[in-house]
Amino acid sequence: MDKKTILVVGAGISGITTAIEAAEVGHEVVLVERLPYLGGRVAQLGRYFPKLCPPYCGLEINFRRIKNNPRVQVHTSTELVSIRGDRGAYTVELLQKPQYVNDRCTACGACVEVCPVTRDDDFNYGLTTTKAIYLPHEMAYPYRYAIDTSVCMKLECKKCVDACAYRAIDFSRQDQRFEVKVHSVVLATGWTPYDATKIENLRYGSYRNVITNVQMERLLAANGPHQGLILRPSDAKAPESIAFVQCAGSRDDNHLPYCSTVCCLASMKHALEYRERNPQGKAFIFYIDLRAMGRNEDVLSRVKADENIVLIKGKVARIDEEPCGSLVVEAEDILSGLKRKEKVGMVVLATGMTPNLPALDKVVVDEFGFFNAEAVEEGIFAAGCDKAPLDVSSALKDATGMALKAIQG
Amino acid sequence: MDKIGVYLCKGCDLSACLDLSALAKVASGEMKAASCKSAEALCSPEGRALIEQDLAGASIDGVVIAACSPRAKPEAFAFGEHVLVERVNLREQVAWCSKPQDEDTQMLAEDYLRMGIVKARKSLIPVPYKSESFSFKLMVVGGGVTGVTAALEASRAGYEVILIEQESTLGGLSKTLYRQLPMATPFRQLETPAVVALIEQLGQRPNVEVLCNTVITQVTGEPGNFGVTLSSNGQERTLTVGTFVMATGAKPYDAAKLTQYGYGASPDVITNHQFEQMAKEGALVRPSNGKPINSVLFIQCAGSRDAEHLPYCSTYCCGTTLKQARYVRELRPEANAFIIYKDMRTPGLAESFYREMQDDQRLFLTKGEVQAVRSENGALLVEVGKTLLNDDLAITVDLVVLAVGLVPNGADVLKLKYRQGEALPTLRYDFPDSHFICFPYETRRTGIYAAGAIRAPMTVAASIDDARGAALKAIQCLEMTSRGEAVHPRSGDKSYTELYLSRCTSCKRCTEECPFGAFDEDEKGTPKPNPARCRRCGICMGACPERIISFKNYSIDAIGSMIKELEVPEEDEEKPRILVLACENDAYPAIDMAGQHKLQLSAFVRIIPVRCLGSVNTVWIKDALSKGWDGILQLGCKPGDDYQCHFIRGSELMQTRGENLKEVLTKMSLESERIRTEFVEVSDWERIPAIINEFSEQIVAMGANPFKGM
Repeated sequence: MDKKTILVVGAGISGITTAIEAAEVGHEVVLVERLPYLGGRVAQLGRYFPKLCPPYCGLEINFRRIKNNPRVQVHTSTELVSIRGDRGAYTVELLQKPQYVNDRCTACGACVEVCPVTRDDDFNYGLTTTKAIYLPHEMAYPYRYAIDTSVCMKLECKKCVDACAYRAIDFSRQDQRFEVKVHSVVLATGWTPYDATKIENLRYGSYRNVITNVQMERLLAANGPHQGLILRPSDAKAPESIAFVQCAGSRDDNHLPYCSTVCCLASMKHALEYRERNPQGKAFIFYIDLRAMGRNEDVLSRVKADENIVLIKGKVARIDEEPCGSLVVEAEDILSGLKRKEKVGMVVLATGMTPNLPALDKVVVDEFGFFNAEAVEEGIFAAGCDKAPLDVSSALKDATGMALKAIQG
Repeated sequence: MDKIGVYLCKGCDLSACLDLSALAKVASGEMKAASCKSAEALCSPEGRALIEQDLAGASIDGVVIAACSPRAKPEAFAFGEHVLVERVNLREQVAWCSKPQDEDTQMLAEDYLRMGIVKARKSLIPVPYKSESFSFKLMVVGGGVTGVTAALEASRAGYEVILIEQESTLGGLSKTLYRQLPMATPFRQLETPAVVALIEQLGQRPNVEVLCNTVITQVTGEPGNFGVTLSSNGQERTLTVGTFVMATGAKPYDAAKLTQYGYGASPDVITNHQFEQMAKEGALVRPSNGKPINSVLFIQCAGSRDAEHLPYCSTYCCGTTLKQARYVRELRPEANAFIIYKDMRTPGLAESFYREMQDDQRLFLTKGEVQAVRSENGALLVEVGKTLLNDDLAITVDLVVLAVGLVPNGADVLKLKYRQGEALPTLRYDFPDSHFICFPYETRRTGIYAAGAIRAPMTVAASIDDARGAALKAIQCLEMTSRGEAVHPRSGDKSYTELYLSRCTSCKRCTEECPFGAFDEDEKGTPKPNPARCRRCGICMGACPERIISFKNYSIDAIGSMIKELEVPEEDEEKPRILVLACENDAYPAIDMAGQHKLQLSAFVRIIPVRCLGSVNTVWIKDALSKGWDGILQLGCKPGDDYQCHFIRGSELMQTRGENLKEVLTKMSLESERIRTEFVEVSDWERIPAIINEFSEQIVAMGANPFKGM
């Protein structure tokens, strides 16, 4: 076998998959991740459809594969700066942000106790806070603390430095630029939830109990804001009912014209999980089409079997807030032709995915910002949601295929 | 390993929680370790240097690290593949979940240390399995778009490929297409079927052999060394390949079963595949009279999303119908087209083509349910209910097209000469996969990867993607197997089952229970291992009543000795002992994370990680109970249809083996409640204390095991 080195940019489920699949063949992989930990959006999910199983399960296996494989070189807090050269001989410039917490960290947690600064926890999409020094999540890999440099007072405070028995915190660290020579590049930079504040009629950001589907994922998660209890933001009470607004900003010329593939199933999963945890609760799903592809149809069958999950074909036109924090959702029920108003305790907006590709000359994107494979040279590939909105299973199958493309030639 | 060096970490609360000098005495005194040293933080460069120094001086040949969980900092404690490392989890599973400076906590830590040292002593460094001959050749079965792509892409990565196809030409279902849905931006124009160009490119590959009119008559062996017998035009041929990509595709659902839509009753009711053929031939005509059509109605989900027929969605049909509506516009510009759907499913960027088609003035789309299709005055009358117009409709058309689904094809074509049968085992809806969310290409036959519509209904574009992934997995299997490493899910593991056959009674439990069909049998029923098929789960080891199956670093003896090594306190000491056998995949990490959250666990439990609950041998439980352990708790992954067991059947088998356990208890006159099995998920750390502590309380209430001290 002719051993090659490939660069994988982004360590969400797609990047992790491309990296480890190529490395297990026997190739060298440089895996870079912008955040201080691996796992990406998948680490933030509460459950996978259709089996409603925890994403940590698959991550545990994949992290074990990476930990045990000396051919994967992981660089966290690192971004891609430039790609020069041609297939087979790329020179890639990378920028590693200062890692104030180094690998001497044992994750003992002494630093957190003394840290005086709090920040919004982006892992929980702002639903909770952490200290400026924080463990990103239970299964963070590398398993060490990270510092939010935008709020940390660094040497002006340095309480954590004094509290750390292992000399693991070092504020003298600087940006580090370095270059690697690689055979090919796979971009797996993933996606960002569409900014729900742009969908003005749905009032995200102004009504506290209007949340997004990614926030709902966090509520479902065992390590979420309420350890898996679904409580609404305004009063931390279990909502007696929830409305799910499908295609919130998707299939819509004013926002995202495309379909984001996962939102129907995500909402069905949310409704099922909510009903399981709140047997008295009622869920309403307002949709255009219910897109449960392949055997994911089983999830829809389960939803239909639950008489307390009501499916309404119609687009939500407006939402009003009552003084108690409850919300009135108004939509036209297309099947009956009648206007429908439902008062609910919480609203979940099924917002779509927008791609995160880096702005580089060699990376050409389509009208929506996804990777345009036809227009990019052989040697630079994209995996997973860089290409199109995909569910986990489709993303990692694509990422496995990109491992093959990356080692060819 | 004989010369065990024990290293105690003082960091992360360990020195505050435990009496480390007493632990050191256990190691050097009682357990006679070659050496016992401690450091402020073993994972630091200084701590590591201490261990490396001892290894360099050759005073030790195995290392026991008493510090954090084996899941933490593995890179800090990797000293090369010739050094055996055993981790004793004093942090997550002792210091972080137990009362500090407490007698019971100290006993817990000391027991774990004893167990770690015993395990290290009883373990050997695995010697990778290498077969005498090895083939790096891939065989791709099925020459449709998936198979052609898999062959092409694998050959481009430098591997030799043999592609076999039972028909006389390549192309499969996709060669029957007139056009295909857009696969590239801007996703608005129909394209020439990709398979045409792919076949041409395949023909130019020097390292690909294509055999049409060929079927497999037999497959024997294991990854890297599969013996294949082919039959081509009546000629037999045998050859050796290393791995398979199964790309036998799907067939259209049998429309003859769809009499409610008039299929069979009227020749003018046809399937989407027949319509495709008609378009390819260039004339959209009524089969009944050969006249060009002026109107056509497409019925979506014909036999799909239907409990009576195919309960699943076939994924390709909505897009295909939109494409066929475009054919109508191209070939019969004046004709009207109607599409009756349940939901229009054009996910992702396929939405662009749907939007394009919505601009077609002569295309009428509505959600609805077709109630009847009748011939009337030479035309077809379609009655539709529950439409978006809130009205029932009766539409008269020249032609009705049924968008039928896909049924997986060919799980049985490999003719595996395996003890467990010749087909690939299938799951729900006959798809031959095992972990379709996280590890979509895995089947239950090692070295055989399913791709394309055989493993899930999919479009051409998805099949092409799928083919690449499966080809990668097949290549990876070749490379890993050639290095003597396990494939998924214990990737890289170099241990494998070894059988002490002279004590085998040919009971066939191992050959029957291996989820991967790793064992064959001779005429007498004696197992014939195929180590390269082995996934190293140890389910056979758990099954074997003669206890003759072991791994170099995981054996009945090693785990049994860990259990037997521990002193069980006398009844009057009121310190019950509970053995927790925890699946290392999900339960063990969940316990670790309970510790991370500082959730308190009973200090009476002793946790031993196992590769799978299915690898638990009854003898461990018998030994523990006869030694006076008071209770056994098994923690494993969820079985059933939505199983989470990494080895598919491990936790399910453990349930069926429960009968044997009951027998053990009855024989010993012990209460059946002394053994409990719970299924936990990796994210169940909040549940862990309740499960462990409740069981512990129940055991206390039950009273001591009368075998104590016997």
